[in-house]
Amino acid sequence: MIEGIIVNTLVKGGVYALLAIGFSLIFGVARMLNLAHTAFYMLAAYALYTCSLLLGLNPVSAIVVALVVASLMSVGTYSLFVLLRVPSIVSIILSAVIAVLLVWFGTGFILGMGADVSLTKAIILSAVFAMFITGGAYKLFIDRIREHHVTVLLVTLALAMVFQEYILLVPAFGGHYLGAPAFVTGYWHIIGVKVSFQHILTFVAVLLVLVGVWALLSKTRLGIAIRATAQDTEVANLMGIDVSRILLIVMGLASGLAAIAGVLVAPTLVLEPHMWMPPFIMMMAIIVLGGLGSIKGSFVGAFILALTEVLVVYLLPTGAFLKGAFALAVMVGVLVFRPEGLFGVVFEEERL
Amino acid sequence: MFRRLLKDFQGDVVAIPGRLIALIFFLLLFLFPLYTQPIAIQPFLLRVLTFANLFVIFAVSWDFISGYTGQINFGHALFFGVAAYTSALLNRDLGWQLWATIPIGALAGVLAGVLMCLPALRLRGPYLSLVTLAFPLILLGVIFAFTDFTGGELGISGLDRISESKTVCFYASLVVMIASVFIMWKLTDAKSSLVRTGIIFHAIREDEIAARASGINTVRYKILAFAVGGFFAGIAGAMYAHILRIAGPFTLDVALSFQAIIWVVFGGIVSIYGPVLGVYILYPLMEFLKTGEIYEWRFLIFAAIVILMLLYMPEGIGVWIRDKIERQCPRCKLSNVWWRRTCRACDTPLY
Repeated sequence: MIEGIIVNTLVKGGVYALLAIGFSLIFGVARMLNLAHTAFYMLAAYALYTCSLLLGLNPVSAIVVALVVASLMSVGTYSLFVLLRVPSIVSIILSAVIAVLLVWFGTGFILGMGADVSLTKAIILSAVFAMFITGGAYKLFIDRIREHHVTVLLVTLALAMVFQEYILLVPAFGGHYLGAPAFVTGYWHIIGVKVSFQHILTFVAVLLVLVGVWALLSKTRLGIAIRATAQDTEVANLMGIDVSRILLIVMGLASGLAAIAGVLVAPTLVLEPHMWMPPFIMMMAIIVLGGLGSIKGSFVGAFILALTEVLVVYLLPTGAFLKGAFALAVMVGVLVFRPEGLFGVVFEEERL
Repeated sequence: MFRRLLKDFQGDVVAIPGRLIALIFFLLLFLFPLYTQPIAIQPFLLRVLTFANLFVIFAVSWDFISGYTGQINFGHALFFGVAAYTSALLNRDLGWQLWATIPIGALAGVLAGVLMCLPALRLRGPYLSLVTLAFPLILLGVIFAFTDFTGGELGISGLDRISESKTVCFYASLVVMIASVFIMWKLTDAKSSLVRTGIIFHAIREDEIAARASGINTVRYKILAFAVGGFFAGIAGAMYAHILRIAGPFTLDVALSFQAIIWVVFGGIVSIYGPVLGVYILYPLMEFLKTGEIYEWRFLIFAAIVILMLLYMPEGIGVWIRDKIERQCPRCKLSNVWWRRTCRACDTPLY
């Protein structure tokens, strides 16, 4: 049982960490709670489902692709948005292009028109798809009303609802419970537990991505710019950092992370239009527990809450119902003693 | 005496178009069952408006807590659900009557509000929002875990009805709604000379440190806001349980908490009339979409409407309308009708 708990905690915690770090990045830079964050996780999972059903699986290329895509994701986003030094007129055109792409990819996925995409392309596309939507949605909707904080909150929520209903309305997805096929089948016996390759793959990929994100944030000029913007937007702007571009990059990066999480867990989950809700709540709890804007905090918090969930499920008779309640109670308990979270950065009061 | 009242009425209600519209609106609501008598779908309309009345209380109490003191609360359904479950349990298991269960349900809402404060008020901004989100979910987990006591997914059904007649239910909810909204409006009125809470709530939202520096015990007032908000949300929840005759897990749902935020922000945050308007527009809209041909598209249409409206009126539709029909005097801060060129009290030119 203990081995089972450990394995489940590692896998679950890794996925939560990916989601929470993305959310945390967005909060740090844009100071907004992006309630649509896990909607991209859901979209990526559905995209993977659609693609992989259209094609016979190739396990080896699946692993390679998942790893390569995962480690290249941050680099890809970086070059995508940074190399396009966009003046304002171009950004309008870009938004239009994004809108067209969105519709094109969307219908392509949904109607099964891209019947001859390989799994390689499918995973890349699903991640890019989610990235483009956030970039576009952010540019089109959020940028215009940034001063009204609660309104921003609400618009992101409404966006999440739109995605959920979009999935619900597509006849092929509808109200069905779906399952995406695993990338790899088979299992190893590790210290007496049957660990499926899917779980190992998930965990390794998560670790690689997290290392990639860490390297990006601490070793590159872009990472420094992102952290500077998160620390003080105005001063970063005065230092010649294009804040709105940083925002776009961070949105792309964060939803890329969410998309990776979605793609990785899709084979182990039941896909349904409301699947974004449970990880969304856990993600919120993790971020508060770890401290808003702290990457390390999100990472630690993810594993703490994943452990709580798994323990409750294993040890209590009605655990499946109580796992969320216990995890949230842990969060509330920690906050009573440390109001800024475990590794919280105390944000200065925003200047007026 | 009577003449003075009439003069006050002219000065404070008739001269301000927003208040006049509100008065006419409430009068029309009162007469609603009369002039819809010949319409075949009247029972349906009455039912929709009855629930709309309750949700008005719910949304306004969210605005009271979160809009006025700036503590954005993501778990407002907690008060609604706690009150609904409390009154349902008292009614079903102890056989208490309506007149006892509804006030006790509301008091349970107060208790939930104060309990939520204990961890929540140590926190600020987004932390507070995310922690408040946790409370209804914790309770929901408990409800699903102990199904023989709480009924689990099905909830507690077969409660006493407020009345057999839909019209009586409608009037009960309407009267309670108007009373609650009026009390909350008075409590948040910054210009009031009777209560200080309005101006203190505004001060806490604008600058909490400055408010504390001016000698206001901000924690006490935040607890007060949560208690009063919890009370009114509790009334709405308890009445909801007794009109629908069921208290189910949906009363604690995250969706309900966010629904309150949607109504308030759509109508206009930090204004009591905003949420009223928001609920009366969005709730019936949703109900009619449910019955229509485009049943499945309702959430999509709903979300699209909310997004588009907020893009053009980021402060909410209620505030947007008020800014169109009222103009504030720059000198004496009195509201005037938009067609006046000079202030009605001090003749300062308005522009």
